Amino acid sequence: MFSFKERAIKFIFSCLAFSCLLFLLAIVVILFWQGAPLFSYMDFSQFFFGKSWYPTSQPPEFGIFPLISGSLIVTLGAMVVCVPLGIGSALYIYELSGPNSKKILKPIVEILGSIPSIVFGFFALTIAAPAIQQFFNIPTGLCALTASIILGIMAIPTITSISEDALSFVPNSFREASYALGANKFQTLFKVTIPAAASGISTSVILGMSRIVGETMTVLMVSGGAAVITSSFFSPVRPMTATIAAEMGEAAFGSLHYQALFAIALVLFMTTLVFNVIAERISQKYALKLGANR
Amino acid sequence: MKNIIIEKTGFFLITMCIAITGLFLALLIYFIVSNGINVLSFEFLTQPPKNSMTAGGVAPAIVGSFYLTVGAVIVALPLGLACAIYLNEYSPKGLVASAIRISVNNLAGVPSVVFGLFGLAFFVKFLGFGISILSGSLTLAILILPAIISTSQEALSAVPNSIREASLALGATHSQTIRKAVLPCAFSAILTGVILSIARAAGETAPILFTAAAFYKRDYPDSIFSETMALPYHIYALMTEGTSPDKQVAIAYGCALILLLIVLVISAGAIVLRNKYRRQNA
Repeated sequence: MFSFKERAIKFIFSCLAFSCLLFLLAIVVILFWQGAPLFSYMDFSQFFFGKSWYPTSQPPEFGIFPLISGSLIVTLGAMVVCVPLGIGSALYIYELSGPNSKKILKPIVEILGSIPSIVFGFFALTIAAPAIQQFFNIPTGLCALTASIILGIMAIPTITSISEDALSFVPNSFREASYALGANKFQTLFKVTIPAAASGISTSVILGMSRIVGETMTVLMVSGGAAVITSSFFSPVRPMTATIAAEMGEAAFGSLHYQALFAIALVLFMTTLVFNVIAERISQKYALKLGANR
Repeated sequence: MKNIIIEKTGFFLITMCIAITGLFLALLIYFIVSNGINVLSFEFLTQPPKNSMTAGGVAPAIVGSFYLTVGAVIVALPLGLACAIYLNEYSPKGLVASAIRISVNNLAGVPSVVFGLFGLAFFVKFLGFGISILSGSLTLAILILPAIISTSQEALSAVPNSIREASLALGATHSQTIRKAVLPCAFSAILTGVILSIARAAGETAPILFTAAAFYKRDYPDSIFSETMALPYHIYALMTEGTSPDKQVAIAYGCALILLLIVLVISAGAIVLRNKYRRQNA
């Protein structure tokens, strides 16, 4: 009787866990199911390298190269902003702030990481875009540059808090050994602590990048929305996420356009998946490397 | 001497990094607060919009966001917690467990707009829930599910084995041990994860864009099958639709301030709670 009850409870838990798994797998299945039919209409190379995205013209064209280039340029720009600022902030919190200010700074960084992207997008649209337009004297503030700066700032908390964790995981004995050899604080930081935490820091950068690539509302509001191939930060672009968000409302259910948007989602999904796998590989290696010393 | 100069410049640059970051974020908060505070009033929080979005309050959007978030937590919390308990207490090495672990790890970084598309194809179209609070809540639930599973599982695995063994040694069954010994120990850590997920669900826009959100609805939602206004979407809609941008921007500032306050207060609460709990355990 007793063990029957126990087994029943275990059974319920495994059912719930299994349904969880089904839900999570359903995402992949649905994306493929809705997106894959597009490739009976066109082949992969037309989709990835096609230079024009005209979903509503006759006949429609679904080349996502301009969208990929939009995502790329915005991500690149954002990385330039967030990598130095994010890692620099982590170094400051780790090395220069006193124990009391560290106790305050760390939670603040984390709390700032939870600011919704729509708030950033709104700020970018009302304040940052006009300011950038005036400052650089360009026709519109809604361009790759504005999107890059804002996305970069958004990713800073992610990078800072993961990097800081990685830095504080470095065993104290490493630093003490370096000080004992006569190195100063800065030399110790750059020659001992940072290399020891390098894999954790690179994980943080990859996760930050993954957040930037997937960010939707901000780029939808400020990137300008032009699906053209460009290499200039001052021209409007249309990253993949913004395209999905902007066009899904008007794409008819089951149409080619609808399928193409799902195919873009699939590309995004795969991209972040790859980032994630890389990040995980690196942090596994890191656990092995430092594990022996702790 | 040279080393000292390098050290001083290096540390100066590092300090500049955090100063610039702080400046940006302070600017963001300053502009939202200073422009939004004038709009906030009791009427703004409790009245529906008037004159096609140019006057009145945003109460339906606040209520809608509340329903969506609560709905998401009602679905995701039991599922995620059960999943975490199964992973940690029942079958840490089983096939299902490792499949769940892999999918949880990999879904955590998937863009929220992809979840939105999934919600559209699955809940709105395939299951026929339409654009509704139900579809939106379920989509948000799936979005926060990985985070709930992984934080809960971490919390459970932080409970020392001695506690389980002590309980089992006293003659308690496996399920009694979980309920009376393991869960109370992990409670505050689980709670922290859940609260952070609530903050995330409340602020997300992309997943509800095609699954739940309506720009204009005079009335409050009356069932889980009705469309709803929601704070984050309302900000977006005010900025991109409508006919009188000037008045709409002012309202959008108000919405942004409310949303910012809600999210910051919730996540600050969670983090304070977690730090308190960590100190107790240390």
